[in-house]
Amino acid sequence: MIALLRRDLRLATRAGGGFGLGVAFFLILCTLVPFGIGPDRGALAPVAPGILWVGALLSCLLSLDRIFALDHEDGSLDLLATAPLPLEGAVAVKALAHWITTGLPLILAAPVFGVLLQLPGRAMPWLLASLLIGTPALSMLGAFGAAITVGLRRGGMLLSLLVLPLYIPTLIFGAEITRRGAEGAGTATPLLFLAGITLAVMALIPFAAAAALRVNLR
Amino acid sequence: MSLLAVHDLAVSRGGLRTVEGISFALDPGQALILRGANGIGKTTLLRTIAGLQQPVAGGIVMEDDLVAYAAHADGLKAALTVAENLDFWARVFGGGSVAQALAAMDLTALAARPASALSAGQKRRLGLARLLVTGRPLWVLDEPTVSLDTASVARFAQVVRAHLGQGGAALIATHIDLAIPEAQVLDLTPFRARPGTAPARLPSGFNEAFA
Repeated sequence: MIALLRRDLRLATRAGGGFGLGVAFFLILCTLVPFGIGPDRGALAPVAPGILWVGALLSCLLSLDRIFALDHEDGSLDLLATAPLPLEGAVAVKALAHWITTGLPLILAAPVFGVLLQLPGRAMPWLLASLLIGTPALSMLGAFGAAITVGLRRGGMLLSLLVLPLYIPTLIFGAEITRRGAEGAGTATPLLFLAGITLAVMALIPFAAAAALRVNLR
Repeated sequence: MSLLAVHDLAVSRGGLRTVEGISFALDPGQALILRGANGIGKTTLLRTIAGLQQPVAGGIVMEDDLVAYAAHADGLKAALTVAENLDFWARVFGGGSVAQALAAMDLTALAARPASALSAGQKRRLGLARLLVTGRPLWVLDEPTVSLDTASVARFAQVVRAHLGQGGAALIATHIDLAIPEAQVLDLTPFRARPGTAPARLPSGFNEAFA
């Protein structure tokens, strides 16, 4: 499992691996919004939590189809399926690798982009916390969508349609934590809900995604 | 005790039965070469034995985690070097030595080269070297000699024979004459599934009906 994680991280950071693509997209999105809405603090600050979360979600989506599609193309997925590693474990590890290469850079960059969007300073810790708890669920759900669409030509479009509705609960609670953090209100309830969603997703998705992969390999 | 025993096996591709009624056994030290026209179902049969799809009828008796499967695609990552590719599979399977596998397939000089810079035949040799690092006894090989030159085919035949000598077994689908004198040959032509003559024409289950 460690070997698979190391290989996926190494592949992502080498040429053509798409590392940094998500963050670059996030940056462009967060720079475009003030151009569209205007740089005025009164207009930007209320929408900043939502924009930041929608941006994080879309950036995550960019690299999802790589999780299994590349391994399917070159035959590695067949070989992984015959390896001693359980397919559920492989799914979990590949989702983790996706989170490290996509989710983690987003979290680290988010405070800077928060400044661009006039997000109040006291909301920053809550933005970080909500992303830290929420983005693992985005990678896991994405792995499930990627497992369903593996082997389809131009599966990326279908993948977005399948996965985005599943992101709604994470988006609602993630943005709510940041919004309440900006207002100085209590954040315990949405934080617990978000953590609950992430834990449930992490517990269930590896099995669902592995089952989808087995059907697609047949 | 056979490594692999197949009883009255039928396999299907895209919902159609390809071959049926196949029975054979492989003991340690034996090799079986599958022959048959394009599309008869050699690949489907091998994928079924490798556990990538379910048989529609009959049974496959073997222990878990015996098979090392090599198909048309070599499972190589272009961005990794030859040694890194092999090292990854060695770690996943927890098998043998990378250096020995490189030497066996004459890849030592290319170890530091990225897989994207290999020729088709060199890639194939790397794909076959992977079999050695899996440490698995039963090799299931689908057209292993595609794009190999004559010298490499001979080298590969030697590797297979050495594997058989160590108590391994091999199931190989190929069209060319591999220099493996101890191998038996199974021609799949008589086992081609024919409409009407099959014992049960109704799909044997949900999976076959909607495969």
